[in-house]
Formats: sequence, C-alpha cells, structure tokens
Amino acid sequence: MRKQKFCLTITTLVLVFLYLPILMLVISSFNDSRFGGLWSGFTLKWYERLWNEKNMWQAVTNSLIVAISATCVSTVLGTTAAFALHRYKSPMQKIHYSLIYTPLVIPDILMGISLLLFFVALNLHLSLFTVFIAHTTFCLTYVTMVMLSKLQHFDFSVVEAAQDLGADSWVVFRRVLLPLLAPGILAGALLAFTLSLDDFVITFFVAGQGATTLPIYVYSMIKFGSTPIINALSAVILIITFITVCITQSLTKE
Amino acid sequence: MSIRKTFLDEFLLTIPSFTWLFVFFLIPTLIIFGYAFKPYDIYGGITEGWTLDTIKSLANPNYFLMIWRTLWLSSLTTLISVALALPIGYQLACTSKKLRQILLLLIVVPFWSSFLIRIFAWKTLLHPEGAFKQFLVWAHIVNADTSLLYNSGAVLLVMVYTYLPFAVFPIYAAASKFNFQLLEAAMDLGATRSRAFFHVLVPGIKKGIFTAVVMVFIPAIGAYVIPDLVGGSNSEMIGNKIAQRTFVERNLPQASALSALLALSVLIPMAGLSYLTSRSKQLESVARNKE
Repeated sequence: MRKQKFCLTITTLVLVFLYLPILMLVISSFNDSRFGGLWSGFTLKWYERLWNEKNMWQAVTNSLIVAISATCVSTVLGTTAAFALHRYKSPMQKIHYSLIYTPLVIPDILMGISLLLFFVALNLHLSLFTVFIAHTTFCLTYVTMVMLSKLQHFDFSVVEAAQDLGADSWVVFRRVLLPLLAPGILAGALLAFTLSLDDFVITFFVAGQGATTLPIYVYSMIKFGSTPIINALSAVILIITFITVCITQSLTKE
Repeated sequence: MSIRKTFLDEFLLTIPSFTWLFVFFLIPTLIIFGYAFKPYDIYGGITEGWTLDTIKSLANPNYFLMIWRTLWLSSLTTLISVALALPIGYQLACTSKKLRQILLLLIVVPFWSSFLIRIFAWKTLLHPEGAFKQFLVWAHIVNADTSLLYNSGAVLLVMVYTYLPFAVFPIYAAASKFNFQLLEAAMDLGATRSRAFFHVLVPGIKKGIFTAVVMVFIPAIGAYVIPDLVGGSNSEMIGNKIAQRTFVERNLPQASALSALLALSVLIPMAGLSYLTSRSKQLESVARNKE
C-alpha cells in the first residue's frame, strides 16, 4: 500500500509541476500591471490589444494556409502509405518503412537544416511554399503511424464479405473501407493539423521573409521584448488546444 | 496476370509517399553530409570544389566543451524524466478506469499545448520579477541577485518539463500490459518492495523504458529553442551552434558539419540498438526452436 501512496504523491506533484506555469500565465493575462510579479487589478485590455494586432492576424492566416494544405496532402499520402505497408511485405516496403520511420528518430533541427540546405542547393526562394513542403514531410510520418495502427486493428473480413457479395474494388473502397476508416483518417488529419500549427523549429529554418507563421510570431515576441499581449495570446491558444484535445480523445476512443 | 496486377497496386500505393520522402527527406539529409566538405565564401554562399577545413575545425576545444555539455544535459534530462515517469506509469496502470482517464487527459493536455508557450511560461516564472523568483526570495531559498534564468539549471528544468510526457506514455503503455500479480508473488516469496520493483517490474516493462529513453533523448540532444530562450552563453547546446552558424554567420558548411555530427550521434546508436534487438530476437527464436 505504501508504494501506491508514494506513486500517487509523485503523480500529483508532477501534475502540479505541469500545470502551475500554464495557470500562472493564464492568470497574468488578466493582470493590469505590465510586469508579472504584482497583481494590480483585473483587465481585458491585453485581449483587446491582441485583437487589434494586425501582424498576429497575418501570422494566423499564414499558419492556417500551411496547416490546411499540409494536412490534406499528408493525409492522402499517409493513408496510401499505410495501406501499402499493411498489405504488402516486400523488400520495397522495408525501405518504404524506414523512410517513413526515420524522421521520427531524428531531432527536428536536423530536418530543418537539411531542408534549408536542399532549398538553397535548388536555389528555391524561401516562402510559405517551402514551409508547406517541410510540414507535409513531417506530418506524413505521423499520419502513416496513426493509420497503420488503425489498420492493424481493422477487421478485413468485411472487405472479403463485400467482395464475395460482388462489389468491385472501387465500391469496396468507397462504401466499406472509407466509412469504416473515416474516424482513423480524421484522427490522423487532426494530429497533422495540430503538429503543423505548433511547429516552430523546422519552420524557422525554411520560412523566408513574409512567411511568418503563428509560432514564429510568438517566438519573436518572446525573444525581443514582450508586452502582456503574449500572455493573452498564450491563454487563447491553450484554450483552443484544450478543446481540440477533447475532440480528438472522443474520436479515438474505441 | 494477377501477380502483375498486385505489383501494380503495390507500386501505385507506395510511389506517392515513397517519392515525397525520397526527395524531401532522404536527399536533404544526404546533402548535410555533402555540404560539410564544401568551401564557403564570406557572402554566405557555397563555392566550387571540396575541402576538409570545416571537418578539421570541429576539433576546436570550444566545440568539445559544448558537445560535452549537450551530452550531459540531454542524458540527465532523460534520466530524470524516466525516473519520474516510472511511478506515474505505475500509478496510471493500477488505478480505476475513471481516474486513469482523467489523469491521462491531464497529462495529454500540456503535451499538446504549444511548445513555445510552455517555455515562455517558465521564462516568466523564473524571471527576476516573476512569481516563482519572488517566492523563493521571500522564503529565503535564493538570494535576490541570483539569476534563475540563463544557466544550465534552467535549461535542464525546462527540458524535463517539456519532454516528460514523452517518457510517461510508453512506460504507461508497457505497464498496462504488465501482470501485477507477479509483484505480489515476488513479495510473497520474500522480496522486499524495492527489490520486487527493480527485479520484477522494471525488467517486465523494459521495452517501454527503452522507448521512453529514445523518445526523450532524441529531442533533448537536438534541443535548440529551450537553451536559446532560457539558457545563456554558458549553456549553449549543439542545436544553438547550428542555428547560430546558419542565421548569424551564414556559414552553411559549418552548420552542416555540426548537423552531420548530431545526425551520426543519434543514428549510430539507434542502428546499433536495432541490430542488437533483432539479433537477440533471432537468438531467442533459435533457442526456442532448440527446446
């Protein structure tokens, strides 16, 4: 029993450790004072200023453009990749799997610098397009991994049943596979979307002038003198994250 | 006919993702190694020909110090994260379903929330005017003029904070498959609680622990944003140097050489480990066949 208590204490302490900084940040976004330490009254003025921040809206737009396009492309590529990996066990799939898997075991910064060097070598102008390519590349891995685990738990006898009943492969895909795998595909797409929205390191390397995404905007605010506007922005992002996590959890629940 | 059709199907399903990763992942990674041997001009360009100067410049003692710091900071982060994740994983695996779901959600949320914002949250807490600093000064734990920010301690703290969830999930996943009656059996047979923990539970979930180590160590060794935002000039890591060479000095061959070093220090142990595990699997199956 003592072991149980010890583990519970550690778990509680770690949760406090995880939440304390975030909570303090949200509280200070309502603080009238410019500096974090002292409380000088409740205010919503930082939220109002944030709302009127033009650059922030531009960054949000850029982030959404990249996230939506990278999610669409990586979901299609990742789903086909997962089908290929699940169904075939040829030597080609072994190489295919290592290509999919290796980005997971490589630090972000390496992917960032390697893509930057690649674009420099090609003389490609850095823009939102290069950011889109980078994001699709790392999202592809995650989407494939999610889809692969869904396919491993998928009961393929329904496909055989449909074939026995005379459905051709297009009908099987359209009427049987797609509807049944839709929650999995959606979960993969949501994962890709959140990863793309949140990525800073890789983006920082491949984003040129005028391709400021939301994380790059947040970073420059942290790095070069920040007003409490960033607290307000953080609070908003945290709440959106919380809602997204709840949706994802209910989608993936079996 | 049918074999040809299956091959065509496989080919069509494989080619999109394969081509994408070949062009945008494999080739760029190989370029890192190539650029390390290229001379550069002072305008930030890359010139014709090949040189070994960049590789030789890695022998600089300053680099050695920085690499040593990167290694011990990332190892210590991994050690602390796994040590904290073990009791949490155990707790998660043992509690009632309802409490487990709540706890898991509570751990997942910070994990999903923006990486930069979590670092910023610590930066404000540790800031000289921040709440945490004020509290510590008030409690006479630290002196008013000790800086909590811009040192290796701050980097370590924020790295553990950021990467801890990466250690919790694999350990929990392994612990939830573990048969806890084995622990009771060990203790019935006279093992002390800690002996049962280290000799029965830990070997039982070693795969989860191994995944946790990899999941924390890899992002930690390549950390760039954390030492950049909460570290100082005496807590720079290899990631900072790569970014500095890229953005400030525009010396891409130097950045490549450092990146190549980082890539090798991650990929060689990974390849070795996967060789060892496949090898031990083979030996296991050989042994089983003999029985």
